[in-house]
Amino acid sequence: MRLSREEVEHIAGLARLALSDEEVALYQEQLSTILEYFERLQELDTKTIPPTASVLPLRSVMRADEPRPPLPREDILANAPAADEGCFKVPAVLE
Amino acid sequence: MKLHQLTIHEAHDRLTAGEFTAVELTKAVLERILAVDNDVKAYLTLTPEEALAQARAADRVLSVSKDERHAAGKGASPLEGGLRGVEDTPLLGIPLAIKDVLCTEGIPTTCGSRILEDFVPPYDATAVARLKAAGAVILGKTNLDEFAMGSSTENSAFFTTHNPWNLNRVPGGSSGGSAAAVAADECLGALGTDTGGSVRQPAGLCGVVGLKPSYGRVSRYGLVAFASSLDQIGVLTKDVADAALLLGVIAGHDPCDSTSMAVPVPDYSGGLQDGNGLAGVRVGVPREYLIKGMQPGVEAAVCAAVDQLADLGAEVQEVSLPHTDYALPVYYLIAPAEASANLARYDGVRYSLRVGDDGLDEMYRATRGQGFGPEVKRRIMLGTYALSAGYYDAYYLKAQKVRTLIKADFDAAFEQVDVIVAPTSPTTAFRIGEKTDDPLQMYLSDVFTLSMNLAGICGLSLPCGFDAGGLPIGLQVMGPALGEERMLRVAYAYEQATDWHTRRPSL
Repeated sequence: MRLSREEVEHIAGLARLALSDEEVALYQEQLSTILEYFERLQELDTKTIPPTASVLPLRSVMRADEPRPPLPREDILANAPAADEGCFKVPAVLE
Repeated sequence: MKLHQLTIHEAHDRLTAGEFTAVELTKAVLERILAVDNDVKAYLTLTPEEALAQARAADRVLSVSKDERHAAGKGASPLEGGLRGVEDTPLLGIPLAIKDVLCTEGIPTTCGSRILEDFVPPYDATAVARLKAAGAVILGKTNLDEFAMGSSTENSAFFTTHNPWNLNRVPGGSSGGSAAAVAADECLGALGTDTGGSVRQPAGLCGVVGLKPSYGRVSRYGLVAFASSLDQIGVLTKDVADAALLLGVIAGHDPCDSTSMAVPVPDYSGGLQDGNGLAGVRVGVPREYLIKGMQPGVEAAVCAAVDQLADLGAEVQEVSLPHTDYALPVYYLIAPAEASANLARYDGVRYSLRVGDDGLDEMYRATRGQGFGPEVKRRIMLGTYALSAGYYDAYYLKAQKVRTLIKADFDAAFEQVDVIVAPTSPTTAFRIGEKTDDPLQMYLSDVFTLSMNLAGICGLSLPCGFDAGGLPIGLQVMGPALGEERMLRVAYAYEQATDWHTRRPSL
C-alpha cells in the first residue's frame, strides 16, 4: 500500500496539520511502510466477528441529575491564547 | 540506608514510629533529585514548596495522632490494635511523582508537548486528588513521550530522560520519567499511564515494578486522553508491596468517569500473603511470546523466572494466544484513530499555544503543525487515514474485529490458567537515538505489552534479572480483568524468593 503525495496532503488537510514539503515526503515514506506491515490483518477472515469498541459491557450509566458548581469561567479562560468579554476569542470567521 | 532509598511501606512504618518526619523525608528526596536529576532528567517540573507544605501538613497529622495514641494508652506499634485514624493512611507524608499527562491543579501539565507548554489545569485528576487526600507529598511532574506516544521518552518536546542504569540508554516510555525517577530514588513511587505498555515497558527497562490495572479499575478523569478505550493510569514502585498499596489508593469508581467500574476495591496489600505459597496456582506461558529476535539474555532470565515459579509450587503450563502477531497492527490502527479524535481539541482556541491569525482554518493548521512533534503528527495522520472515507472498513473496522479475536484469546487462556507470564519487552534498554529514525522498529518494542490493553486485562512488570551489560530485565505477570489480586500475589511470591528488586543503579 503506497500512499501518494496527494493522499498524504489530503489526510493532513483532514487533520488540520500544516506540513512542510519535507514532512510530507517523510510521512509518505513512513506511513507507506507502516501500512504495508499492517496488510497482514487482511489474512484473517472476520466476516462473522463483531467489532470491539470497548472491553466493558455495554450499559447505560446513569447518575443523579444534581447541579454542581462548574469551574470558574476565569480559570478556564486563563488557559486560552485569546479571550474577550468572558469568551474565547478566535480570528474572524465571517467577512 | 538513606531516606530516599526507602520503599513506601518502609517509610510509612518509620514515619509512624516517629523515627523521622515527613519534612525530613521530603527534604532527603529533594536533595537526591538535586544530586542526580541533571544526569537522569526525570522531572519536567519540580514543586518543592508545595511538597514541603504537604509534608508539614502530614507531620501535623502524624504528631496529633501520636499524641492521641499516647493518651489512649496504645503501645509503640501504631497499626496494631485496630486503631483507625489518619496514620493508617499508608501514603501519609510519602513523596511521590506524577507523570505530566495527569492534571494537577495550579501546576503546569504539558503532556511533553509544545502545544500545552503553558497549560495550567484548574483541577486535579481523580487519581491525583486521591493521593492528596491520602496525605501524599507531590514532588513534581515527570517527563514522557509527547501525549504518551512513544516507547523511549525521546518524543518529549523538552528533553530525553536517561536510564539510571546506563545514562546512554533510554528509560523506555512513555512513562520513562516516572520509571527513571523511581529507579534513581528520586521519589518513593510514581503514577504513570499505560495505553499499550507505557507503564510496564519503562518499568522493565529501569528495573522497577510497574502495574497497569484492568481497564476501568482506575478513574481516567483528568488524564489527558490519548486512546480512550485503552488508556489506564498505573503505578511505578520499588517493590510489589508498594504497587499493591498505591493501587489500593487510586482504584475505585468515580462519578466523573463513566467507564470506571463500580466494583469494590479489594485489600490488595492484605491479599499479598497466602501461607500456601503458589501451591495450586496455574501459570500459563504463551508459546507465541518466545519469538525470534528476542535478546537471548531476556529469554534466559524469563525462563529461569518461570522455573522459579514452579519451584514455589505453581503449576506451569503452555497456553496459546494465536492472534498475538496481529496485536501490533490492531493497536497502531485503533490507538492512533482514537488519538486523532482526542487531539482535535488542540486547535489554538482553548489551550496554551496559538500560531498565526490569518483566518480560523489557517490558524488551526499552523498551531497544530507547529505545536505537535513528529510522532504525534505521524499518529494523527495514521489515525485520520484509518478513519477516512474509503479506508474505514479496511483498517479501523477490521482492527476492531481482530481486537475481538485477541480478547477472545485471553478469555480462553484464562479458562485454563490463573495468570500468564511473559517477557515485558523483547530487549533491555536500547541506546538513545537507536530507533528514532525507524518508527516501526520503535513500535515493535511494545510487542509484548500491547495485547493487554486491547483485551482490557491487567499486567505488571517486575525485575527478574540483568543482561550481560548490567541492564535490568522485566518479567510480565498478567491477570484477567479485575484479576489484580492474583497477579500481585504471584508477583509478590516471586519477589520474596529473589533479590533483583533490591539492586539499585550506582549514580
